[in-house]
Formats: sequence, structure tokens, C-alpha cells
Amino acid sequence: MNVLIPSMEQFVQGIANALSLGSLYSLVAIGYTMVYGILRLINFAHGEVFMMAMYFVFYVTTLFQAPWYIAFIAGIVGIALLGIVIERAAYKPLRNAPRISVLISAIGVSYLLQNLAVVCFSGIPKQFPSVPLFQDVIIVGGVHIQRMVIIVPIITAILVAALLYLVNHTKMGIAMRAASRDFDTSRLMGINVNRVISITFCIGSLLAAVGAIMWGLKYPKIEPYVGVMPGLKCFIAAVLGGIGSIGGAVIGAFLLGFIEIMLVLFLPGLSGYKDAFAFVLLIIILLVKPTGLLGDKAGVDKA
Amino acid sequence: MLKVEDLVVHYGGIQAVRGISFEVPDKSIVTLIGSNGAGKSTTLRSITGLVKPTSGKILFQDEDIVGKSTESIVGMGITMTPEGRRIFPNLTVLENIKVGAYLRKDDLKKDIEWVYSLFPRLEERSWQMAGTLSGGEQQMLCVARALMSRPKLLMMDEPSLGLAPLVVADIFSIIRKINEAGVTILLVEQNANLALQTADTGYVIETGAITLTGPGKELLNNEAVKKAYLGT
Repeated sequence: MNVLIPSMEQFVQGIANALSLGSLYSLVAIGYTMVYGILRLINFAHGEVFMMAMYFVFYVTTLFQAPWYIAFIAGIVGIALLGIVIERAAYKPLRNAPRISVLISAIGVSYLLQNLAVVCFSGIPKQFPSVPLFQDVIIVGGVHIQRMVIIVPIITAILVAALLYLVNHTKMGIAMRAASRDFDTSRLMGINVNRVISITFCIGSLLAAVGAIMWGLKYPKIEPYVGVMPGLKCFIAAVLGGIGSIGGAVIGAFLLGFIEIMLVLFLPGLSGYKDAFAFVLLIIILLVKPTGLLGDKAGVDKA
Repeated sequence: MLKVEDLVVHYGGIQAVRGISFEVPDKSIVTLIGSNGAGKSTTLRSITGLVKPTSGKILFQDEDIVGKSTESIVGMGITMTPEGRRIFPNLTVLENIKVGAYLRKDDLKKDIEWVYSLFPRLEERSWQMAGTLSGGEQQMLCVARALMSRPKLLMMDEPSLGLAPLVVADIFSIIRKINEAGVTILLVEQNANLALQTADTGYVIETGAITLTGPGKELLNNEAVKKAYLGT
């Protein structure tokens, strides 16, 4: 196993890639953390929501010959609705059931969507539509990078800022934070808890759809299991940052992105193990600091 | 204002409330006293719609509210301070106060000033996380939060629970002040002495049924009440 000392260009390129990968991970990790924050549920179907977003965009583009921006918007809206439908159909009827039942329901939805994708879209991989605006290679200070490596972190920063504003400074945000602690007392305030939960799923799925689109532009192969690995990794990122905390999910996602890219950069001999490394990281966090970096202690206590 | 008729509620597999009837006249203070497990909290929770009654009627301003959602009942002007205060520890004091007015769309400034004048301590701590407040301060916050919905009927579940006697006296003098401001109050208490001194009318609940009723002062002198609840 040799440690490779990268050139300056490679290093800068690595930093840019890590920022971009971290951004993608954060968009998906936020969905896990928000749903956990309000329902204390690990939404195992989140990776499949991600996968469905890629197929949705693919079919809107190929069937309707829609331009990419229409397809992207349709995909984001469609998947936000899918998130609401999943919650209504699979989680809401179990609102007063033990939490383990909801978890199993989530695993069920995950397999259902995977198999639905195999039946409806077949297992043959599809090609995500290419958008030169995002994928063209540009040269910045002697470093060759795809344009999206810069665009993705900017889009993520805007979305995260908007989300933090919503959660911290609006009435809906107060209602979300209140409901995350106490459904009954929230109802006594006049908060429609089911609506707050729907909105949470809507936002989480919307962000996952944006993440999936960016992912598709970077890794254009779509198949029914394409959401599994990103889903698991973003779950790890959310746990790393402290599940339940939005800031934590973003920090965890960037950390994971950096660790992965740097591992490939400095220890190319181990790059085949980068997925395994993420899981080792998960085990270490759960052993050493189960609440994660910005862990929400009360939330974990209740779990 | 509120009329409960033959209310029966099953809760956790048992019949917690067995056909109780009582009335809360406009602008009055009514108290339900009784020991632990008598069905007082269950009664309040049924009125707010958090628990669905098995049978019976709950009339609020002559409208039956059984089966309505908690949000719409709160919207009609009923609010409750839950047992154990249940403030939102992860929100600031000011956010807790604002969330109490969740259904209102008008300006809250005057109401916030009013609750701050009732509880000056809350103003000093408005930016603190509510979880860091002492028990007495949390009870004040709980009442302030309930008042923000501009309730016609304020129901209070054990406001004195776990508080020091001085703080309890404070809370009860505030309850009278709120009542003088025109809010009807339904008070559930184990602290029968203070509750009966404060209330116009009292009802004694035992194992889910009403056993005694009368003006607060009268019940205070009732031998059975004295023996069972006042410890004299």
C-alpha cells in the first residue's frame, strides 16, 4: 500500500470534487435527518426516492422530448409529491403503532419501489440525459473540472440557506420544531401535525430529487438499485453529523465527501474500499459518539 | 359556555370517565378536584379532542364539539395548559409564546406585551431556550403560551404540580387576574384547598364519576371533602 503524493493540480481538483460530493450527500442526508427529527424514523425508502427521481427525469426527457430544465422541474415536483404519498400510505396509518412497525414499513416501501422499478423500467441500465451546461469541462487556474463541480455546491448552499431560514425564522419552522418534540402539545397550539409531517417529507424528497439529478449528471447510469449506496452513505453522513440536526447532516455529508475523495487521492490502492470505509466510519461513530457531532441528545434519548 | 353531558371515556383499556356531567358558566372559574387517576385529565383531554370519548356530549357555546379535531377546537377558543407543563424545550421563550398564537394571523405585539406584564420574568428570558427555565418559570411560560391564542375557555391541568408553595400562590393570583380579564377557567387540581378558594364552583371526581358539587367555599367546609382532600 503506497501513499501517493498528489500534484498541486490534483489536490485542488480533489478539494473541488470533495466539495461537490459533499454537497450531493448533504442534499440527501437532510431528508433522513428531517424525517428522523419529526417522526424518530429512519426512512429507509429515502434512497429509493432518490432512484425514482432519476427515472422520472429520464422518462420525462425521453417520452416527452422535454428540454432538461422542464424535466428537472417536473422531476423535483413529482418526487416531492411521491414523498408525501409514501408518508400518507405507509407511515401515517402507523402513527400510534410502535416505532419498530414504522421502521419495517419503511424497509417494505424501499423494497417495493426497487422491485416496482425492475418491473416497470426493467433492470437494463438507462442513460441519464446529458446537459452540456453542467457537464462541460472548464479550466480554472490550470485545473480541469466539470462546470457542475462549481454549480452543485452553489445550488446546495442556496437550498440549505433557504431551509435553515424556513426552519429557524418562519411560523412553519416553529411548528416543525414544536412537533419534533411533542405531537399532542403541538395540536393544542392549533398545529396540524399531519400537515407538518407531510411538508417535512415534501421538503426532504424535494432535496433528494435535486441531489439525484446532480448525481445523474455526474454518474449517468440509472438502474433500480442506483439509490441503495448513495442512500446508505447519506444515512451514515446524517448519523455522523448527529441525526435530527440539519446543520449536523450538512457537516457529516461534507466530512464523508472529503474523507472519500482524499482516500482515493492519497491511498489510490485502497480506493476500491471507499464504500467499506464509510461503513467502518459508521461503526466507529456508533461506538464512540452515538449522538454524532451535533447530536440532538433529547432525540436520541427518546429513540 | 361549556356543558359536558354524560361523558364516558375509555382510555388505555379501562373506563376512565364513567358518565360525568358538569357545566362551566361564562366568565367563571370552575374546578374539578379529585385524587390521582380519578379521570380529571382524561376529561380535559376529551374536551380538547386529544382523546375520543366513547359517548356523551361536549357542548361549547351550544355546539357539540365531540369528534372535532384538536386544531379546530383550539380555533373555536378552547385551550389547555397540559399537565407537566410540556413547554417546547428546544424553542426559545419568545418562540414558545408565539407558537401559542399559531392559528392567529393578526398582530401579536399587544398580546406579547400583556403576557410579559403578567410574567415579567419571561421577558428577561425571552431569548433563552425554554428547556433552561426553572419549573415555576416553565409553568408561567405554559400559561403565557396558552393565553396567546386569546382563549374564551382556558383549561388548566394541575398548574401547581411540583412547584414551591410561593410559586403556587403566584400562579393562583395570576389565574384570578386572567379570569378578571374575561377568560373562563376550568381548573383541574389535586391541591384542593387553593383550587376551592379560587373557584366559583367545584366538582369532586372519584373513580370517573362526580360525587359532590357546590360553590367552592361551601365545599371547603364540607366534612367529606375535608377528610378526603384537605387533610384536616
